[in-house]
Amino acid sequence: MSATGTASPRSIAGAVDEHLPELPQPAMSGIRETLYFALRNRKLLVGIAISTAMLLFALVGPVFARHPALEYGGHLSVGPTTKDGYWFGTTLLGQDVYAQFVTGLRLAFVVGVLGGGIAALAGMLVGFTAGYRGGIVDEVLNMLTNVVLVIPTFALLLVIAAYLKVRGIMTESIFIGLTSWPWAARALRAQTFSLTSRDFVSLARLSGSRSWRIMFNEIAPNMSSYLFMMFILLFGNAILIAATLDFIGLGPSNTISLGMMMQLSVQNAALQLHLWWWFLPPGLAIMAIVGSLYVMNVGLDEVFNPRLRSM
Amino acid sequence: MRRYLLRKLGIYALTFVAAVTVDWSIPHLMPGNPVLTLMGRIQIQDPKVAQHVYDNYMRSFNLDLPLWKQYWYFWVSLFHGDLGTSILQFPTPVSSIIVHAIPYTLGLLVPSILLSWYVGNKVGALAARRKVLDNTALPVGYVLTATPYMWLAILLVWIFAVTLGLFPVGLAYSPTAGRGWSTAFLLDVAHHWVLPFLSLFLVGCGGWAIGMRNMIIYELESDYAHYLESLGAPRRLVRKYAFRNAMLPQISGLALSLGAVIAGALVTEIVFSYPGLGYQIYRAITNEDYFVIQGIFLFIIVGVLVANFIVDIVYVVVDPRTRIGMQGGQA
Repeated sequence: MSATGTASPRSIAGAVDEHLPELPQPAMSGIRETLYFALRNRKLLVGIAISTAMLLFALVGPVFARHPALEYGGHLSVGPTTKDGYWFGTTLLGQDVYAQFVTGLRLAFVVGVLGGGIAALAGMLVGFTAGYRGGIVDEVLNMLTNVVLVIPTFALLLVIAAYLKVRGIMTESIFIGLTSWPWAARALRAQTFSLTSRDFVSLARLSGSRSWRIMFNEIAPNMSSYLFMMFILLFGNAILIAATLDFIGLGPSNTISLGMMMQLSVQNAALQLHLWWWFLPPGLAIMAIVGSLYVMNVGLDEVFNPRLRSM
Repeated sequence: MRRYLLRKLGIYALTFVAAVTVDWSIPHLMPGNPVLTLMGRIQIQDPKVAQHVYDNYMRSFNLDLPLWKQYWYFWVSLFHGDLGTSILQFPTPVSSIIVHAIPYTLGLLVPSILLSWYVGNKVGALAARRKVLDNTALPVGYVLTATPYMWLAILLVWIFAVTLGLFPVGLAYSPTAGRGWSTAFLLDVAHHWVLPFLSLFLVGCGGWAIGMRNMIIYELESDYAHYLESLGAPRRLVRKYAFRNAMLPQISGLALSLGAVIAGALVTEIVFSYPGLGYQIYRAITNEDYFVIQGIFLFIIVGVLVANFIVDIVYVVVDPRTRIGMQGGQA
């Protein structure tokens, strides 16, 4: 400290920059330690394995689809078969369940990334600003957070989506993202509060860094593990909300999603007709993705937080 | 304590105003004349009926008035309990549709929320740091909480109703059953209630169990727990204190989870054709019956705000810090 005391603000910033890789990220031994526990954490490994498998399926699966997802073929209500490439069978109306499934799987990941990403960004923006600025800004943002937190946002999404004539996957993700950030913002605000009083933040402030730079270059890296876990939860949450919206009939207009598959199967009495290949895969996929993300989250928590590691 | 509750009430009032404003402005924000759009969608052939519906719409929206007056009248009619008229079930007022649907939705929601909260917390508290139970309860909890509500409902219908024939496939009571307060009818209603209740209960249970389990582990690893242990306190006592502290976030979590549970109830009702709010909203959406959608939205808001306030009061009772005006129970 005494060495930098006489230096210009510029060089202090430089000194801080040099320190940056050390402060937020644990030093080399720390990374190795994290990896050590990560590779031995069963929850984390299982979670990563399942979600990666689902992601690969979503990426590669469409290659093996032999029919367009929305095309009505001649074979009605056929069970899973290798004939004609109806791997998962057909619907009551002769559509290829496999093609619909892989299309829906891709959309689920798109909604997860976009919706979860937008929610994470909004949460970071509000949480960092409120926690860092404090005072009246914090009061206003806190009020906004509390209001959005209390509103049953799903009901709000219903009303908005019902009035939209053309619905796309983008609009759906944006609306999901814009309504699911509050708890993230609240958690981040608390974290930011505790970081704002640390020396390295004061130092950055003294050096004349802009607020947003301090937020994203100094504060954010120090809770990178926390941010990552938050994104995972928002990701899974976005997939569940999208599935629910789609099931109510407010999904994207000209494609098929996992939620819409379930809606159509219920509407067409697939349950009564025992067309299990139609309604089992979509729910199973959502459960696998979201469940593996949750398990991964707990695993990460145990890796980053030594107190939680199992005895 | 007064300050705490007043602050909460202030937030709820603000939320209510915001929600009503959003509810009012969504049709106004959409491009074009909403009434013409609506008319185009419902496609009434008879010009006389069309004119009537058009006038009715114009009056309900008060579209000929300046915007601030329209907004003002929206509030006035709201406080008169006037939520508009259903198109699909013309001329039934939306409020009466809601009143008829409410008992079914509450009958599903209240028991499933409270029971899943209670059972989930018990299981989670038991499972924490107990190897065998943790290894069985935890995976089950994760699977349950990651299950989309409607899919669990679909599974239950398919297995227990269609395949095994143990329960009815849907509806709230048999069409043949005579209505009235006879034992047979009540049994019939209960019989129809089991599966939709179960699908809401099970998903909720998983979430609460996991939350409680993680919370207890945090508490057991905190300084006061270690201190107690080092003093030689019996393990049971330490767990008891940990449980008490872990309860607080679970209580405020109850309020936060309401939105998700309500969404779950809506889709569960759709799977079971259970005549509650969810089923009504589904019918309204497929038939583009906008007043019903908007009315139910407002009703859900009010319900959630009331429930939130109840949770706040419980919190005051449970957490002494809120009573003597210290921190705790963040606004």
